[in-house]
Amino acid sequence: VADCCNPVSKMAGADGDDSLYPIAVLIDELRNEDVQLRLNSIKKLSTIALALGVERTRTELLPFLTDTIYDEDEVLLALAEQLGNFTMLVGGPEYVHCLLPPLESLATVEETVVRDKAVESLRKISQEHSPVDLEVHFEPLVKRLASGDWFTSRTSACGLFSVCYPRVSSTVKAEIRQHFRTLCSDDTPMVRRAAASKLGEFAKVLELDYVKSDIISLFTALASDEQDSVRLLAVEACVSIATLLPQEDLETLVMPTLRQAAEDKSWRVRYMVADKFSELQKAVGPEITKNDLVPAFQNLLKDCEAEVRAAAANKVKEFCENLPEDNREQIIMTHILPCVKELVSDTNQHVKSALASVIMGLSTILGKDNTIEHLLPLFLAQLKDECPEVRLNIISNLDCVNEVIGIRQLSQSLLPAIVELAEDAKWRVRLAIIEYMPLLAGQLGVEFFDEKLNTLCMAWLIDHVYAIREAATCNLMKLVEKFGAEWAQNTIVPKVLGMANDPNYLHRMTTLFCINALSEACGQEITTKQMLPVVLKMSNDQVANVRFNVAKSLQKIGPVLDSNALQTEVKPVLEKLATDTDMDVKYFAQEAISVLALA
Amino acid sequence: MVVHGDSCAPLHRAMSSAATTSPSVDKVDGFSRKSVRKAKQKRSQSSSQFRSQGKPIELTPLPLLKDVPAPEQPELFLKKLQQCCTVFDFMDTLSDLKMKEYKRSTLNELVDYVTVSRGYLTEQAYPEVVKMVSHNIFRTLPPSDSNEFDPEEDEPTLEASWPHLQLVYEFFIRFLESQEFQPSIAKKYIDQKFVLQLLELFDSEDPRERDYLKTVLHRIYGKFLGLRAFIRKQINNIFLRFVYETEHFNGVAELLEILGSIINGFALPLKAEHKQFLVKVLIPLHTVRSLSLFHAQLAYCIVQFLEKDPTLTEPVIRGLLKFWPKTCSQKEVMFLGELEEILDVIEPTQFVKIQEPLFKQISRCVSSPHFQVAERALYYWNNEYIMSLIEENSSVILPIMFASLYRISKEHWNPAIVALVYNVLKAFMEMNSTLFDELTATYKSDRQREKKKEKEREELWKKLEDLELKRGLRSDGIIPT
Repeated sequence: VADCCNPVSKMAGADGDDSLYPIAVLIDELRNEDVQLRLNSIKKLSTIALALGVERTRTELLPFLTDTIYDEDEVLLALAEQLGNFTMLVGGPEYVHCLLPPLESLATVEETVVRDKAVESLRKISQEHSPVDLEVHFEPLVKRLASGDWFTSRTSACGLFSVCYPRVSSTVKAEIRQHFRTLCSDDTPMVRRAAASKLGEFAKVLELDYVKSDIISLFTALASDEQDSVRLLAVEACVSIATLLPQEDLETLVMPTLRQAAEDKSWRVRYMVADKFSELQKAVGPEITKNDLVPAFQNLLKDCEAEVRAAAANKVKEFCENLPEDNREQIIMTHILPCVKELVSDTNQHVKSALASVIMGLSTILGKDNTIEHLLPLFLAQLKDECPEVRLNIISNLDCVNEVIGIRQLSQSLLPAIVELAEDAKWRVRLAIIEYMPLLAGQLGVEFFDEKLNTLCMAWLIDHVYAIREAATCNLMKLVEKFGAEWAQNTIVPKVLGMANDPNYLHRMTTLFCINALSEACGQEITTKQMLPVVLKMSNDQVANVRFNVAKSLQKIGPVLDSNALQTEVKPVLEKLATDTDMDVKYFAQEAISVLALA
Repeated sequence: MVVHGDSCAPLHRAMSSAATTSPSVDKVDGFSRKSVRKAKQKRSQSSSQFRSQGKPIELTPLPLLKDVPAPEQPELFLKKLQQCCTVFDFMDTLSDLKMKEYKRSTLNELVDYVTVSRGYLTEQAYPEVVKMVSHNIFRTLPPSDSNEFDPEEDEPTLEASWPHLQLVYEFFIRFLESQEFQPSIAKKYIDQKFVLQLLELFDSEDPRERDYLKTVLHRIYGKFLGLRAFIRKQINNIFLRFVYETEHFNGVAELLEILGSIINGFALPLKAEHKQFLVKVLIPLHTVRSLSLFHAQLAYCIVQFLEKDPTLTEPVIRGLLKFWPKTCSQKEVMFLGELEEILDVIEPTQFVKIQEPLFKQISRCVSSPHFQVAERALYYWNNEYIMSLIEENSSVILPIMFASLYRISKEHWNPAIVALVYNVLKAFMEMNSTLFDELTATYKSDRQREKKKEKEREELWKKLEDLELKRGLRSDGIIPT
């Protein structure tokens, strides 16, 4: 019956294609000695299934795949992925359970990526099962996996409970809960880790009573596991569980465990608490935040392990932002700010730079007066930090402060910091500061820029690292977009064009790159009158690299020029370059001629 | 009482210097020689830090053990152990200097005392010894200094508290080795939880610490029969996590070294548990990126297994072939080395079972464009035992190898490889000249047949794709993409 309703198989019959592609040939392909060919075949498994039609896919192809699942992990991975999209190819949801046997085998494989993919596909097709099929076919599979001998199948089972739980009868639900409980106290830490990482997800589909009775005890047990790799996963689950419970239950059911985690002897667990702090804060609500999380956060900011302090420092802004508004300012000023002040002179640069990336955000929360009195000294201290990353992070967030107190307060200290970064020995640092230049220019205004920063921007054009010269070129374009063509004509263009006479051919080429970048922003007038003559003159350069870049530049600026200049000035030069002795020059000249339609 | 037939052999490699050298004063003090000092300064140090910071620590000096009458010694010994439970912060090089020195000399005294004294090990001493050792060595290891610590490239971060830690380990080893030591009493305190924490320490970045740990664990495995299965299971878990979850664990080589001696002591016939360990844990260890750091120890374990039970040869070689490196030539060379070690001990009946897949792989290696891989594979032909196996089975192996050898002899870029290949071809010609001539004669037609097959394959796929396209167009929306 299903076949008749399915146009795919009907067509296979009508075209008489079935006999053309005997399964033996296809299976031969899947067995090819060359892994790459096997892999290609598996990736086109849907094509094979299509050729076979739904019935033969079910009766021949799937059994073959189920039986021969000993292959390279790469092939298995592709297979696991394919099977997740196979529902229509086996005849629709009615037959989707046919896909379970091969996926079940794949879910027991050792290699984690294969197993994870198999579980992902199983989760996907579970949704296509009818409630009856789910109980008859899917749930037994989950049970088999959950009680498998080797840890791999039990690990996979952990990810499948939550997808079938909501759609099965209450008896089966009880069984599922029991299985999950068993896996949470499994002998192997791998399985306990898998269970712990799915605890939150499973809690979400459980009825509230069972969350309180079952999940909480599992959560408490996992959070005090002997292995820190298990305990830290319980912290993640804590967020979901706390969200599910009514406020009045949090204190007794969740908080003892959370407090314990925040003071765990393993820094990995404390790190996890710090890392999830904003989520935890939202989940437990304002009252508990005030009483418990504030002191916990203070401790994390003062933790003995730099790793933990850095994670907590990253959360400073978010944490402060989400504090209850009624006494937010008071909490920040008396409890958080003193810790922040200490972090500014931390011994570890990761901690300082984590703080520098968020600290400016505090100014919006605390307002103008507090910012000037309390935060500004910290910003200034960080702007002078020995670690360039710290300074960069401060500079990259200037806009937050600008809104609150205006940038002038900072500009005195800003300038030396920028200059120092601009001349840093590490080119990546120089690159980073260049990228903030347009932002800075916008914040500081044109006069300040011309006076203090313009020289820097021009100096980068002759940096000895190409990436810097390239970024500097791009920077000029953005500045012109900001300050306008007239500004460009007065301040930038003359300097750029002056470099066309530099003895170093790399600098001469930079002129061309700048022209490429600036012509559009500067407009037809400046391009035709000022830039074009320089480009044309450079077509006589003795270095071939410069000459073929002239050809490229002409191609690039051609559309900006007026047609008269194109015909009378550009065309003859390109024609001459097209007969150059150097083959690259010829090539690019010809390319330009054809793109600009000058032939 | 022997729980099962297994014994525990001594560690294969010369045991760590830890067990043999005595910690003389100048060894512990890192500032005695200039060269030592210089080397040390370059290395970074770290230590897991302690919550109770700030307060200076005061210990009341006790008299020396040798200065009190013998009957009072056990009591004083306990007191000293209790004092040594105090742990100092070594990241702060200036704090508690006097007390640090006092603890160091006390530990030194304890080390000497357990080595030479008799009658000190009262029953009350056991829990105190274990407590002192636990307080000092069990700690959460600090985060690695560099984000991506590469044991092959980076200098390890050394444990800052080593001046004390070393003496504690030294003391513990001598305690375990002491003639008076009674496992039946100690097992109350050296239990599963203790062992689990000990195993976690193998992740220490400091090679000196791992060396001591190796000796400690080996002694415990030897003396506590009740803990053996547990230790093996936990090592299993560490390895599985290492292979499938983190790819990071510093002590794999040390654990494998201990396992080498454990496997050596396995009773025959091998239990299913042990075979599973070989196939499901040791073989997958070959897939890890940092294989070079523990490959020698791993290969030793594998060969130990095969010497115990030759019927495991087939699953082992099939396992290696399954995990054969695809892109890393260095690893390929290691695999070839290990395979040669296996072939050195292989039984001819086992060889016949795996020769086909094995030589298909060797044929691929021989034609590798990476000359070290090709060279390593071609060296097999210098091994007399392997040569004799090849000769016995030349009718199977020659057809597998021939095409590659023939092609390389004409095409390989490296003249040394071409020379080696000529030798191999010559050897084959002498072995089985009839088959050799046949293969030479049919070489061309065989290649043409292969090409034809290739073309047919392409056509098949083209037809299938056309079909898909046609159907995709006609039954729009039905075919899932």
